[in-house]
Amino acid sequence: MKSEISANAMTRRDMLAVAGAGILTAATIGFVPGSAEAKPADVEMAVKKLIGNKATKSGRIKIDMPQIAENGNTVPMSVTVDSPMSKDDYVKTVHVFAELNPRPDVASFHFTPRSGVAYVSTRMRMAKTQNIVAVAEMSNGDVYMAKTEVKVTIGGCGG
Amino acid sequence: MRKKLVGGILTLGILFGAGGVAMSDHVKGYDTYTTKDGRHSGYVYAAKETQAIQDDDLGNPAYLWLDYGEELWSKVEGEAGKSCASCHKDAATSMKTAGASYPKFDKASGKPINIEQRINKCRTENMKAKAFKYESRELLSSTIYVRNQSRGLPMSVKVDGDMKPFFEKGKAFYEKRRGLLDMACKHCHQDNAGNMIRANLLSEGMSNGFPTYRLKWQKPGSLHRRFRGCNKQVRATPFGYGSDEYTNLEVYLGWRARGIKVEAPAVRN
Amino acid sequence: MAKPKPRLSVPKNAKKGEIITIKTLISHKMESGQRKDKKTGKKIPRKIINKFVAKYNGEVVFQSDWHPAISANPYISFKTLATESGTMEFSWTDDDGQVYSKSAKIAVTQ
Repeated sequence: MKSEISANAMTRRDMLAVAGAGILTAATIGFVPGSAEAKPADVEMAVKKLIGNKATKSGRIKIDMPQIAENGNTVPMSVTVDSPMSKDDYVKTVHVFAELNPRPDVASFHFTPRSGVAYVSTRMRMAKTQNIVAVAEMSNGDVYMAKTEVKVTIGGCGG
Repeated sequence: MRKKLVGGILTLGILFGAGGVAMSDHVKGYDTYTTKDGRHSGYVYAAKETQAIQDDDLGNPAYLWLDYGEELWSKVEGEAGKSCASCHKDAATSMKTAGASYPKFDKASGKPINIEQRINKCRTENMKAKAFKYESRELLSSTIYVRNQSRGLPMSVKVDGDMKPFFEKGKAFYEKRRGLLDMACKHCHQDNAGNMIRANLLSEGMSNGFPTYRLKWQKPGSLHRRFRGCNKQVRATPFGYGSDEYTNLEVYLGWRARGIKVEAPAVRN
Repeated sequence: MAKPKPRLSVPKNAKKGEIITIKTLISHKMESGQRKDKKTGKKIPRKIINKFVAKYNGEVVFQSDWHPAISANPYISFKTLATESGTMEFSWTDDDGQVYSKSAKIAVTQ
């Protein structure tokens, strides 16, 4: 029987149901039976929608996230993009996606030459272990992409 | 009885597996949150990202409640036409040690009362206002605001004299097995602190950070809420908010945390 | 839901040309639309803050579009150039159309 799990409150797992310790890597927070979750292909499609058929370059983007999230509902994330942030050469937008969340979009951050540094820090929800993808659109049309894997575990005895 | 014992041991075996994550993985702030005799605040067991959320006075979400608590401090309520500030003036002075020393013995009722109960006692008796409900925004905010005035002070709940019988009751509760899983508080928080319970790292169950913003709750919650959750987790019937059982347990926990700095409002998983 | 009151960290003083760090926090459940009501079994409708805008003396210096994957009680920190003295205004737009805002003054010296 699939139990219903709410996004913002983990159900109490029957501790006797799963034998053996070790890190569990599947945390299905926020899944409603029958609803689809995003796939890496969805993120690819979302990126294509933004930038057309342009190739994405690697480098310049630094995604700072924990290796293992203590709780999938509040995972700190910082993104920094290497750029002079001058009027002629700056980061316009950074889009963030989660490959395996119920929806792939997380947020878009719009910078200006007045930003000084293309840096943003926030906290996001992650339904399970997955890649977080950052796509940076530059003022000259170039697009950079980076991804990082964050492990999300479900607890043992939340209380 | 034997079946129960075997079942209990098997359960413990399944639950407290795999040696666990070394606490040194979570070492930031080790000296500040640890007593000389080696007892630790829950801070030390939290992931460094979670510690960072607590350490950021702006970014600690519980401060959203603290701001409201500060507002409530000066709000006139009740038929007596008073606010907390009318009698207690500046909280930073009048409440300086409250967070570190409650629960305290209340002569009128002949038993200990904690901060939540003290706030409501003041409201109903002195302000002639309605009591705040447990886990309401008002009570959480007010409790956080009061307790936060003691931030950085070592916990120092008095457990002798009038408090002794309640301390003993709290200690007995802590050590008594309960629920379908037949476990006592001490099995996790004393015998297995530092070990993993599936994917959670067990802390020593200290009360110095409450009301705490738990990531799981996505809001702050009281110590009694945590007790209820713990009791439900071992499939025991939880006691009521503000119950004698939980208040006595709070006294005992206050002693367990002696010397550990008040962190209210803390951030934990 | 009580009206969310934001918290801000904006430096009171800065030197012209200095890159300053802004931190903001606002109370909001950020109801994702994924959760089900335990009693009725019906989905709880989505209600989040979907936009955040930072202005400096009226000019937008940073803005952000948020989706349900942003955590409850959203926190965001970013940087901006201290250009002149004045006011920074921040606004958060709720799905229901309400806009919450707060501002902070900054004194910029040479």
